[in-house]
Amino acid sequence: MKVNRLTACGNWVLDRFPLTKLWNDHMAHYYAPKNFNFWYFFGSLALLVLVNQLLTGILLTMNYKPDAKLAFDSVEYIMRDVNWGWLIRYMHSTGASAFFIVIYLHMFRGIIYGSYKQPRELIWIFGMLIFLCLMAEAFMGYLLPWGQMSYWGAQVIISLFSAIPFVGDDLSLWVRGDYVVSDATLNRFFAFHVISVPLVLVLLIFLHIVALHEVGSNNPDGIEIKKYKGKNGIPLDGIPFHPYYTVKDIVGVAVFLIFFAAVIFYMPEMGGFFLEADNFIPADPLKTPEHIAPLWYFTPFYAILRAVPDKFAGVIAMFGSIAVLFVLPWLDRSPVKSIRYRGGIFKKALFFFVISFFALGYLGTQPATPTLTIFARVFTLIYFGFFLLMPIYTRWEKPKPVPKRLTKSFSMEGFVPEVKSVIEEMTIEDKGFVLFGSSEFKRKPNPEGIRNVLFRLAKKIKTSLE
Amino acid sequence: MSDEGVDESKRQFLTSALTVVGAIGSGYLAVPLLAQMQPSVKAMAAGAPVEVDLSKMEAGQLLRVAWRGKPVWILNRTPAALETLKTMDKVLSDPQSNDSIQPASSKNSYRSIKPEIFVAIGLCTHLGCSPTFRPELAPHDLGADWKGGFFCPCHGSRFDLAGRVYSGVPAPTNLEIPPHRYINDNLLIIGDEGNGGAA
Amino acid sequence: MKTLSITILLLVFSLGVAAEESMDLQQANFDPEDRASILQGAKTFVKYCLGCHSIKHIRYLRIAKDFNIDDKKVLAEVAPQGASIYDQMHTAMNAHDSAKWFGVEPPDLSLISRSRSADWLYSYLKSFYTDPSKPLGANNLIFKDVGMPNVFWQVQGEQKAIFTTEDDGQQVFDKLVIDKPGTMTEEEFDTMINDLVNFLVYVGEPVKLERERIGKYVLFYLFMFLLLAYLLKKEYWKDVH
Repeated sequence: MKVNRLTACGNWVLDRFPLTKLWNDHMAHYYAPKNFNFWYFFGSLALLVLVNQLLTGILLTMNYKPDAKLAFDSVEYIMRDVNWGWLIRYMHSTGASAFFIVIYLHMFRGIIYGSYKQPRELIWIFGMLIFLCLMAEAFMGYLLPWGQMSYWGAQVIISLFSAIPFVGDDLSLWVRGDYVVSDATLNRFFAFHVISVPLVLVLLIFLHIVALHEVGSNNPDGIEIKKYKGKNGIPLDGIPFHPYYTVKDIVGVAVFLIFFAAVIFYMPEMGGFFLEADNFIPADPLKTPEHIAPLWYFTPFYAILRAVPDKFAGVIAMFGSIAVLFVLPWLDRSPVKSIRYRGGIFKKALFFFVISFFALGYLGTQPATPTLTIFARVFTLIYFGFFLLMPIYTRWEKPKPVPKRLTKSFSMEGFVPEVKSVIEEMTIEDKGFVLFGSSEFKRKPNPEGIRNVLFRLAKKIKTSLE
Repeated sequence: MSDEGVDESKRQFLTSALTVVGAIGSGYLAVPLLAQMQPSVKAMAAGAPVEVDLSKMEAGQLLRVAWRGKPVWILNRTPAALETLKTMDKVLSDPQSNDSIQPASSKNSYRSIKPEIFVAIGLCTHLGCSPTFRPELAPHDLGADWKGGFFCPCHGSRFDLAGRVYSGVPAPTNLEIPPHRYINDNLLIIGDEGNGGAA
Repeated sequence: MKTLSITILLLVFSLGVAAEESMDLQQANFDPEDRASILQGAKTFVKYCLGCHSIKHIRYLRIAKDFNIDDKKVLAEVAPQGASIYDQMHTAMNAHDSAKWFGVEPPDLSLISRSRSADWLYSYLKSFYTDPSKPLGANNLIFKDVGMPNVFWQVQGEQKAIFTTEDDGQQVFDKLVIDKPGTMTEEEFDTMINDLVNFLVYVGEPVKLERERIGKYVLFYLFMFLLLAYLLKKEYWKDVH
């Protein structure tokens, strides 16, 4: 009787709302290529981090005070006096960095497997807009603790607008609402960070997913699975997203949460990368810290800004380094999508691009000495070279033949014996020694083995770049 | 894809196991997220016991102090007022304070430790307005039977000078009496009963 | 192509060498689990530092709770007279006056251990030396021309810095020596400073020990969750060939 009534209630809703249809369209009958590898975890992980940020963010606003006089102390109040405030704050601060790690890996996945190429250009554009929003969100959120780094970081970045000819000074004044970064700036950044940008972000993510589900997911082979359908109209190489990818993504979530929790509970500052030491000093408009560096996720772009000797050109270069990503789908002229079937030039170009991205990221954290500035210029050239020369080198190179059907994916489990043998090669038996006070190790590192392994690795990278 | 040889019961078991473990984990995560809305240490600091010096109090005077942000009344009742309290029983809803909140030391006909000094939280037990102090006898707006007490302007609840609620008014119980004790004759401490920790 | 790759790789490796330069700091031997040392440091702080510096983000109640000591004991042994258990460690000094006397308002030290390292604090506190040219009669090796006197001179004794003159006329620091001994031996003094630093590290993040304790359970749970999730995934993916 009771069950019947519950079913009736459920049916009442289903008659009026297409819940079953939504579920089937996007989960149970959404057919995804069956050979997704670990690069495909980061989309769902980004969603998870977004939920984490929204949830902890709302809880933080309950005790945070967007007032120049109170902001810094209110953060410490959350850390000490509010029940579990420290956990919520660390979840939010670690979540911010985790968001960028996940998004950068997600974008990299798109680049190596050509997920931005026809017919998925719009998904890429929405994704880039999300990335832009995320940068705005992170930048404005970082002002809120009102520490020295918050303050001077905002001061520097807002001053970038003043480089724009004619309207620059008025524009940066308008953004700040004051002649310097002040209470007015803090208050409006709070409003943007808490309401406006998250709303836009959620809307864009919705569009990103709708667009994705319209054309279907790409895969590591860069093959359209919809070309080969069975008699029932289902792609032969597709499997329903639910349950196969839901259960798989839960594994990814668990692994991610282990890293996430390890940072929150054991190294929330992440050696100054997630929480900077200077940000534990309240903002002082009269004294700039000796060395200002933005948080790690902005440093590649910051390094590009500093590499250019002219103020306006520097700003152009910095924004250009992000804008060039938007047109990536039209820069790439290769007939194949996935890196697996591309020629060697693209692989090499990508290899140098990755190196220059990391190098720029490192340079952005360092003071700008003359030597380092030269390095930054070289890497900036490589960064832009990767994109701007792409129309040329992707046309030059001869791609490999693309198979018609998906190739088999590697399983992570398959690597276990290999990893084990590598570890065995890199270490030798020992009587056992104690490290970190408590853990005892029965093996010790073997320099010769390590050398061999690294040598093999280098060789492998070299051949894979051919 | 093939569905041959699928062990449905194993799938069912693993799905349930993961659901249960996941639910337990979410439950544990929900505790800190919800507990952060509990009063913080700062709020508890504001709720620390309050000391009140009674040496300058005159007969009939009402003193208001804040404890945990709530108004606490300290009324020095005159002997005449104490006399009237004995005649009130028939108009009261809970004359013996059996259904009301007070420390054991105040559960008597005067609802106080010392008969003349009445301590109560000045918030109506109906919906939390603070009643007004009306010590005068038979004012025209409260009727000829009024023998002094507290009148709540929000919804018309009436209390006598011991904070006992009249019958037939919206307030369900007598005014709450906070934990309190005397350090000496003139020094009252509110929020601490002296039996181990602050209330 | 080969030369290009080699050039770029060389560039990357030489990056690490290009930057790196640091001051020699002495190592503080701090241990967040050493309650006796932290409590001793709290007493030292109240005695020597609270006159000018606040720690406005710690309450005496927090110290009592974190170290499982009775409220009354903390009030009697650590807090200055008349403090309530809910009070934060506020200095009695008026900020306006102190700014006039020292040139700057003495900073709040709640987070000093998070903006500076424990080693920095330890070295700094030990590196005061007599310098009559300074308004406060003392200078510091780690924080040059600091607007703070050497509050420990009575116990530490008078410390002097020996400089040698280089050929090009530059003054180069050689070593610090105790000129007139104080009431403590060098060892006793080091212990006192270490305790003080230990306390400052504790107030920087009082929740640290608890956070690491909870972390173990969280990670244990997540590994169990991962195991189950993996088994479930493996079971379902048997279908996919």
